Amino acid sequence: MSTTDDIYAGSNETSEGKVFTVSGRDWDEIVEGLAGAADDIEERVVVNMGPQHPSTHGVLRLILEIEGETVTEARCGIGYLHTGIEKNMEYRSWVQGTTFCTRMDYLAPLHNEAAYCFGVERLLDIEDDVPEKAQVMRVLLMELNRISSHLVAIATGGMELGALTVMTIGFRERELVLDLFELITGLRMNHAFIRPGGVAQDLPPGALDEIRDFIALMKKRLPEYAALCNANPIFKARLQGVGHLDIEGCLALGLTGPVLRSTGYPWDIRKATPYSGYEDYEFDVQTWDTADSYGRFRVRLNEMWESLRIVEQAADRLAGLEGAPVMVADKKIAWPSQLAIGSDGMGNSLDHIRHIMGESMEALIHHFKLVTEGFRVPAGQAYVPIEGPRGELGAHVVSDGGTRPFRVHFRDPSFTNLQATSVMSEGGQVADVIVAIASIDPVMGGVDR
Amino acid sequence: MTSSDDQKPVDSPDVDEVEDASTGAGAPEQPATEQSEANVPVSPSAAADPARARGQRAGMFGVSGAGDTSGFGGLITTTVFPAPSQRPYGGWFDEVADALEDTVGLGPVVVHRGEITFHVAREDLPRTARSLRDDDRLRFELCSGVSGVHYPDDTGAELHAVYHLCSMTYNRRIRVETTAPDADPHVPSIVDVYPTNDWHERETYDMFGLVFDGHPALTRILMPDDWPGHPQRKDYPLGGIPVEYKGGTVPPPDQRRSYH
Repeated sequence: MSTTDDIYAGSNETSEGKVFTVSGRDWDEIVEGLAGAADDIEERVVVNMGPQHPSTHGVLRLILEIEGETVTEARCGIGYLHTGIEKNMEYRSWVQGTTFCTRMDYLAPLHNEAAYCFGVERLLDIEDDVPEKAQVMRVLLMELNRISSHLVAIATGGMELGALTVMTIGFRERELVLDLFELITGLRMNHAFIRPGGVAQDLPPGALDEIRDFIALMKKRLPEYAALCNANPIFKARLQGVGHLDIEGCLALGLTGPVLRSTGYPWDIRKATPYSGYEDYEFDVQTWDTADSYGRFRVRLNEMWESLRIVEQAADRLAGLEGAPVMVADKKIAWPSQLAIGSDGMGNSLDHIRHIMGESMEALIHHFKLVTEGFRVPAGQAYVPIEGPRGELGAHVVSDGGTRPFRVHFRDPSFTNLQATSVMSEGGQVADVIVAIASIDPVMGGVDR
Repeated sequence: MTSSDDQKPVDSPDVDEVEDASTGAGAPEQPATEQSEANVPVSPSAAADPARARGQRAGMFGVSGAGDTSGFGGLITTTVFPAPSQRPYGGWFDEVADALEDTVGLGPVVVHRGEITFHVAREDLPRTARSLRDDDRLRFELCSGVSGVHYPDDTGAELHAVYHLCSMTYNRRIRVETTAPDADPHVPSIVDVYPTNDWHERETYDMFGLVFDGHPALTRILMPDDWPGHPQRKDYPLGGIPVEYKGGTVPPPDQRRSYH
């Protein structure tokens, strides 16, 4: 089949200029082809980089106008991972919404769920009724998630500039976090574990021991990153002074998270407007003062230590909360049964089945109504921002009083932060574009939603 | 149903009875309105208030003509949003309102669940944004973008643009809301005040068809350039799924039986 018959490919004619299909080691052909062109464009080439490119940090398309090796203009093309999650959520119940939003920023699924659930809980006016254990578990999971997300940020950032060892050790440690997630939530990613009103399950037996082992191991492993990168001359040469963006630029473009903190401004929503009981934990907001890619790397590295501190405190608190409830007491909101994994690997609660099938017709009706129809959320709108690994993550939740969200909009930090690509990379080298984008750490699932 | 039935409040405790699942004891006989505020019937005055009523929800099951004999399909509920608040709004809300009022005429101000929403007319939006950012008493440095909402039944103001702003100096957050009718879907852009809204406005245009006048390059951002329609509008047609079983199809989500 020729390409002209392909409805998806369409035509590839451009309105102006010559087109070269570049497949590597053919720069001479391009120079030859451009030889007859006017002087001012002789060295000026527009390069379409991505969306399928190993160095663009996901399915990101970059349109770079370059003169020689210098980038004169950089633009992003996004939307390749748009899956209509916000629209889909409008046709599911409030609880089912967590299953969708967890898939947005796939490196921070628990933060997505938490942001959404905080919004729903505010509309339900049950923020103060969420049990302490659920809040502590949320903090524990979110901080573990921050560690795993930062590990991927450092790992893929390293890979994109050619430091493959950074990649392998980054993913090695992330695997440990994912193992913990699998133990606690049942899944490595896309957990749908944080639910409106609390969390889905209590901690399984032995989870606290595993978490303590993890903390002990991470305290040995985290210094490896510092030893490998912090003073590494190649690493520093590639990162220092690259992707510079000062605080004025950050605020104008709405950048938050490690990028903003790398300018020296200690803005952290966990401290500014604490949620989920963050005010009860001891931790410091990590900053750097260079406002460049190297600073962002160091901020992420230091934040992992702080997250480890919080995880340690959360684990200690959970030890004293054994058997405490993890879901609101309100039976109109809480999922009717607490499932347990049986010997056949299937989730079930025999006590609950006995109750609804054999003892109480009303409980059966209640179970059916809550599971099929779901609960109603009073009309109104709420926006609860949280500090995601990449910055301010907020869910604008609108309800019309029904059993499904009327509209949910996610203010995803990756989406907002990616706007800084142009200002960070124009005027620099092509290779620095990669470093600048890696330092923003966009996750395209969150950008496109 | 006779007119005398209409006047008498329906008192049927067994309908809303919920048994405590843990004890198995009988449910206490209390009015449904005390169990949940969602059960409180909407007062006629609130339903007629244009600032609060934003459409209707029909029935238990979203489809009609499907032989639903439960009777729930005939239920009509007005969607009523929280009422505008009166001064004092409480805390720093009043300081922000005072400072804002010096620049623009404020529409309804809604305080709900600890969050404050300022409704402004769309022509006032650029002035509002500028004073929110530059006024020493306001200092809302960070705009968290714009979120579109489509209320198809909110006649004359179907499209809402909702802005969330954060003042890092004072550690405050507010919401600014403006509307545009479907017939004239234009809202002034505030990209010149908050450059971060560049992509956010493009996304809202892409998803809702809201045209932000003055935006430097208002093009689609998530959908392909030649995509027809604006997917997150409530009237956007949804697709069904053909299944390979006796020619059956799964109907589009808005035509399935739902428990809305």
